Amino acid sequence: MKRKVPLRFFSVMVICSLTIAPGGCLGDKQGDEVLSSVITVGIPQDIEDSLDPHRAVAAGTEEVLFNIFEGLVKPTSDGNLIPAIASEFHLAENGLVYTFTLREGVKFHDGSIVTVMDVVYSLKRCAAGEHGVPLVAAFVNLRDVFSLDEHTIEVHLHEPDNDFLAALTVAIIPAANDSPARNPIGTGPYAYVSRSPQENIILERFDDYWGEAAHIEKVVFKIIANTDMIVMELEGGSIDMFARLTSSQAAELSSQFDILEGTMNLVQGLFLNNAVPPFDNELVRQALSYATDVEMIMLMVSDGKGTPIGSSMFPAFGKYFLEELAEVYSYDLEKAKELLASAGFADGFSFTITVPANYLQHVDTAQILVEQYRALGVSVRIELVEWDSWLSDVFAGRNFEATIIGLTASTLTARAILDFFYSESGRNFTNYHNHDFDMMFLRALASTDDEARTEYFKECQRILTATAASVFIQDLPEFVALRKNFRGYEFYPLYVQDLSRIYLVDER
Amino acid sequence: MPFDQWGRVGIWRFLKKLVTMLLTLLIVSLLVFGAFHMLGGDPVTAMLGMEATPERVAAIRAEMGLDAPAGVLYLNWLRGFVSGDMGTSYSYDIPVATMIADKIPITLTLSLLAIVMVVILAIPLGIFTAKNENRPLERIIMVINQIFMAIPPFLAGILLTLVFGLTLRLFTPGGFVSYKENVRQFITFLFLPAFAIALPRAAMAVKLLRSSLIAELKSDYVRTAYSKGCSVNRVLYRHALRNTMLPLVTFLGMAMTDMIAGSIIIEQVFGIPGLGRILLSSIANRDYPVVMAIIICIVFMVLIVNLVIDIVYGMIDPRVKVY
Repeated sequence: MKRKVPLRFFSVMVICSLTIAPGGCLGDKQGDEVLSSVITVGIPQDIEDSLDPHRAVAAGTEEVLFNIFEGLVKPTSDGNLIPAIASEFHLAENGLVYTFTLREGVKFHDGSIVTVMDVVYSLKRCAAGEHGVPLVAAFVNLRDVFSLDEHTIEVHLHEPDNDFLAALTVAIIPAANDSPARNPIGTGPYAYVSRSPQENIILERFDDYWGEAAHIEKVVFKIIANTDMIVMELEGGSIDMFARLTSSQAAELSSQFDILEGTMNLVQGLFLNNAVPPFDNELVRQALSYATDVEMIMLMVSDGKGTPIGSSMFPAFGKYFLEELAEVYSYDLEKAKELLASAGFADGFSFTITVPANYLQHVDTAQILVEQYRALGVSVRIELVEWDSWLSDVFAGRNFEATIIGLTASTLTARAILDFFYSESGRNFTNYHNHDFDMMFLRALASTDDEARTEYFKECQRILTATAASVFIQDLPEFVALRKNFRGYEFYPLYVQDLSRIYLVDER
Repeated sequence: MPFDQWGRVGIWRFLKKLVTMLLTLLIVSLLVFGAFHMLGGDPVTAMLGMEATPERVAAIRAEMGLDAPAGVLYLNWLRGFVSGDMGTSYSYDIPVATMIADKIPITLTLSLLAIVMVVILAIPLGIFTAKNENRPLERIIMVINQIFMAIPPFLAGILLTLVFGLTLRLFTPGGFVSYKENVRQFITFLFLPAFAIALPRAAMAVKLLRSSLIAELKSDYVRTAYSKGCSVNRVLYRHALRNTMLPLVTFLGMAMTDMIAGSIIIEQVFGIPGLGRILLSSIANRDYPVVMAIIICIVFMVLIVNLVIDIVYGMIDPRVKVY
């Protein structure tokens, strides 16, 4: 596979020469930044779904909106949910009724006080949706929400659902705002100021924030669509921070930056379409799992960083993550060959991996897999597609043989990430159908006892591994570059950037 | 300027030209729309990402009125466009007209700046090299010129960024400032990108001007002019140069239309959020009201430039007067 990207080649040249370019003479510029307290954060894509928090779905959108909006509860960097707009909450014995007490004097960015009316409006809006499909999927389970008095809200569910609290992180927005997509108003530490398509999104500190106020006065999210520009823009001084760098990009950066290392919190895998032969055969899937050398992939893609995984779960979900599953299919080419032979493919076969071209790590992984599977006698062709074609053909259309992608969780629930394999799920793009898995999944959802539920979710993962639903590879490492005069970056188990905790240090 | 050489209004020719232009626009819009539907992909899946369950996709398609057949969608679009409504961007939920109106000045300034640079660089250099044919300095200039001709704008852009941005630190790579914030900084930032686009075209224009000037200087009327006692400069500027204007204007016209389209690439290299950036992202998101509007806009600019060139032709050489 040859990609014609001359641009990349030349920017590699440019970047290589960066190391010999004289640095320095940036001091005066930094001085200005200390005074005005602005941070410019590079993001790889603009917000293209919606600024309306209930309609936004893209992970890239959520990481920006996290700073503007809050729900009754909000996630913390250690993966817990803490009260936000509500000051306390209580779940009834039967698991069907949540009672929330509104925090006193929480203000929206337009200065108005958050009332129970706004909360009821927001939650009902998530559940409604214009065509019978709720705006937020989990709200199918919402039976009713109403206020008891001026400070108390009751949320009634159809069925007990321990994960519903995570869904209540959805943004509370003012009922009086008739255009939430164009004029986003929330209660978060930063308020929306303006945007310019493909250029930037500007936020400013909300001084009436109920909690600990943000440190930096103004945040500019600058869109850098051209990934070859990222290192140049960081070095040139037009951005101060960029999350999700590749390890090679991180290595190219000079000493002006702190490189922080975390995990991307996703399930990277070679996802096999279980409805298409030969992947309808469990033995073939297991053979591919044995023939995949995860250590090698990690070494080649990100200098050996990353966490091997064996099922559809990543380590940030401490409670559910099963480390030992990564060992089940440790690299064993002989075993893979045996399995393939007993499946009737002793002479191998060929298939196509469809990869979204914008995700460099996935493209690199695909190239390594081509080599690894060649040893097995399986010939692999890579087809690069643009992201939207991937979404419509592979994900929604399920018209593919194999693909490499990272599954992410939109809320802090095991359900969000295991749902990809439930037979009835609209997101089950690999067409995985396993009766035992479905049973366990439904039992987990129905269970009110946390311990039993955790065990059911673990069993779900074991089934995925045993049946080799797909080839689960790793949770990718994440590198964040932060200019040295900024501190306070926090990693979340979710796809968010919390800018309210970042502060400036004066180096002089 | 619909006047013929006797001052009469060439109204029919003008109208004919206008109808051709409108027809071109119509055909282009049809082609773009058709291409878009063959491309596959869908604005709704682009919007929903991995939350795109079939039910949600169907609900949003219905909400956005996208569940109609392609022909109906095109006619709806055309009806809106003719009545001055370019629709709303699916990705940004803002009227396409406002979105584009904000970006046109960026791309247009870039192209105009580039064409001005071509003219400023090419005319003096062209004359100088023609005048000093075969002298050592001319030889050196022409070799360098030949090299510049071969450098594509994106490479020129990267090299300029490297030299001026990272080594000399005379400008900030990616440090684009909107014209709304500060016009001077806006122009200053666009200077290098414009130079990157202008460089190969200017080099071509130098070569063109030089060779046509040299050809003209060998013709009979030049000998006549010398024999009646004209100075070298008078011959050059009053006689020969005028006759080389026709090919030069043709070239500049072509270069101008080229640069409007070429700015799409250079916008990527320098991270300029102009029409090109919006166009690419809208294609990726299948945001076709925006794509249609931008392409119509670019085609319209190209047609206008061609029209202006036709008129300028007539002014330079009355024999080819179009109107």
